Amino acid sequence: MNQADELMTSHRQSVLRWQRVQDFFFEKTTLVFAMSTLVALTGIIVSLFISSWPVLQTFGLPFFYTVEWDIINSKFGGLIAIFGTVATATIAIVIALPLSFGIAVFLTETCPLSLRRPLGTAIELLAAVPSIIYGMFGLFVFAPLFAEYVQPALAGTVGQIPGLGILFTGAFNGIGILAAGLILAMMILPFIASVMRDVFEIVPSILKESAYGIGCTTWEVVTKIVLPYTKTGVVGGVMLGLGRALGETMAVTFVIGNAHKLSPSLFSPGNSIASTLANEFGEAEPGLHYASLFALGLALFLITLVVLSLAKWMLMRAEAKKGMKT
Amino acid sequence: MRELSNMDPAIYARRKRANLFGLALSMTAMVLGLVFLLWILSILMFKGFSALSFSLLTQSTPAPGSEGGGLANAIVGSLMIVISCSLISTPIGVLAGVYLSEFSERSKLASVTRFVNDIMLSAPSIVIGLFVYALVVVPAKHFSGWAGTAALALIAIPVVVRTTENMLRLVPVSLREAAFALGAPKWKVSTAVVLKAARSGVMTGLLLALARVSGETAPLLFTALNNQFFSLDMNKPMANLPVVIFQFAMSPYDNWVNLAWGGALLITLTVLALNIVARVVFREKVAV
Repeated sequence: MNQADELMTSHRQSVLRWQRVQDFFFEKTTLVFAMSTLVALTGIIVSLFISSWPVLQTFGLPFFYTVEWDIINSKFGGLIAIFGTVATATIAIVIALPLSFGIAVFLTETCPLSLRRPLGTAIELLAAVPSIIYGMFGLFVFAPLFAEYVQPALAGTVGQIPGLGILFTGAFNGIGILAAGLILAMMILPFIASVMRDVFEIVPSILKESAYGIGCTTWEVVTKIVLPYTKTGVVGGVMLGLGRALGETMAVTFVIGNAHKLSPSLFSPGNSIASTLANEFGEAEPGLHYASLFALGLALFLITLVVLSLAKWMLMRAEAKKGMKT
Repeated sequence: MRELSNMDPAIYARRKRANLFGLALSMTAMVLGLVFLLWILSILMFKGFSALSFSLLTQSTPAPGSEGGGLANAIVGSLMIVISCSLISTPIGVLAGVYLSEFSERSKLASVTRFVNDIMLSAPSIVIGLFVYALVVVPAKHFSGWAGTAALALIAIPVVVRTTENMLRLVPVSLREAAFALGAPKWKVSTAVVLKAARSGVMTGLLLALARVSGETAPLLFTALNNQFFSLDMNKPMANLPVVIFQFAMSPYDNWVNLAWGGALLITLTVLALNIVARVVFREKVAV
């Protein structure tokens, strides 16, 4: 080996060493950024817990199932808000589920190919409309119509059924738990529909074709082949929608009525966790009121965390099936 | 066709009826969905366009009870907050996406990160507002445009991470191998080859994140708050469209409600335009 070669080798080695250092730093930098969401999640839980500590110390766990919310006497319980959140989200899911299933079936099975893309995009655009628009629409357009036509009709029909009737009593003022649930349903409909469409497309066409081959109708293919094959994905999509509905603020705040009372009637105004926060946080004095609002935020975050984790887990199982296909 | 006579015509008719019924219902659902979209958009156009005027863009938000006024301060504030949000979330989100797609084969930490990221995608935005309030506003003792930026960045980052990772995974392995064979270090392969190949996909993600945060209201309520006056100081409370719309729409003054509709139209048009541009950018990438 002559001198020039030796020089080359040592040069090459130093370049390689330098590149290894660069790579090390690059990887660690990206790693730090990747950790940011992890840090944010832990940070949210820790900071909410610390800020709500005075309430947890004063009222303990009963905070989460006490009705009273008395700002003047500093007595706080979160049940009304938690009930409002759960009730509106449940109404939203009950209404949005069949509709989004129908949309997903239409988009994957019956829709003419040329319309599939534009209609799918239209549904996705519906999902992109900011939630405050749904809220304004709900307050100014939907609520008056709801009070004038839908509420009297509901009270006159299902309201007469003994037992169920209590759900549909009270003044027809257009805003309240039911109206908020309906607006929420409109909002999460496109989310659920597009997740369902995506999981329906996972079904191997050979399965569907063989079902058609033995003479199944489209509806039979959907209910007996597609749905059983994708059930975890479908449930995951519904849970994803539920997570959205639970945490939604603006669409609910406009139409729920913002009244801190508990009533069996779905027509009566109520409050959800998010709407309570949006309305009261700005005026809250540091102290118990303030800490109670943080405690409500913590409750909301933990509930959605559980729902979203389940959703994600189910969608991952559905995704694994896609891998098995090949 | 003798076999056909074995078939029970009653069962056949029932199955056909069920099929028709189910498909008709699914079509009704689709029609309802489209009617919602058109209904919302037409109301928005109708009320929004009648509120649009030149003064909407040039004057600041009016005081309670006074006539006229516009949304100039809110529009500028929103632009400043959203632009600084994208300047912060783009590098963080893209590099995090690079880590997840390039450096994390079968790593436990990466799959946890992926899981958490997907949860943060749908986490309640109002809680993120609370978090930033406790973290930024309380120590600083005042609301500020920066706090709003931080809250929006926390919402935008997961969107960018998700799309970046997905788009980088679409880049063929052979491209990476070719670059490695030329002796390029991994960081150069990641930035100059993989990211470059996926740039329109990554762009799509950035645009979608931008669209998502432009309409967010809840996290700004406790962070940027609002400012009645024109201000370019990100360190002070800052007017922004979503919070102004919220306050004005709930107010008893007619001209405020009118302005809220104008602002709502502006926001929706922006968000829809961003979504459509994102789709066009992505489709061009697929075509190439």
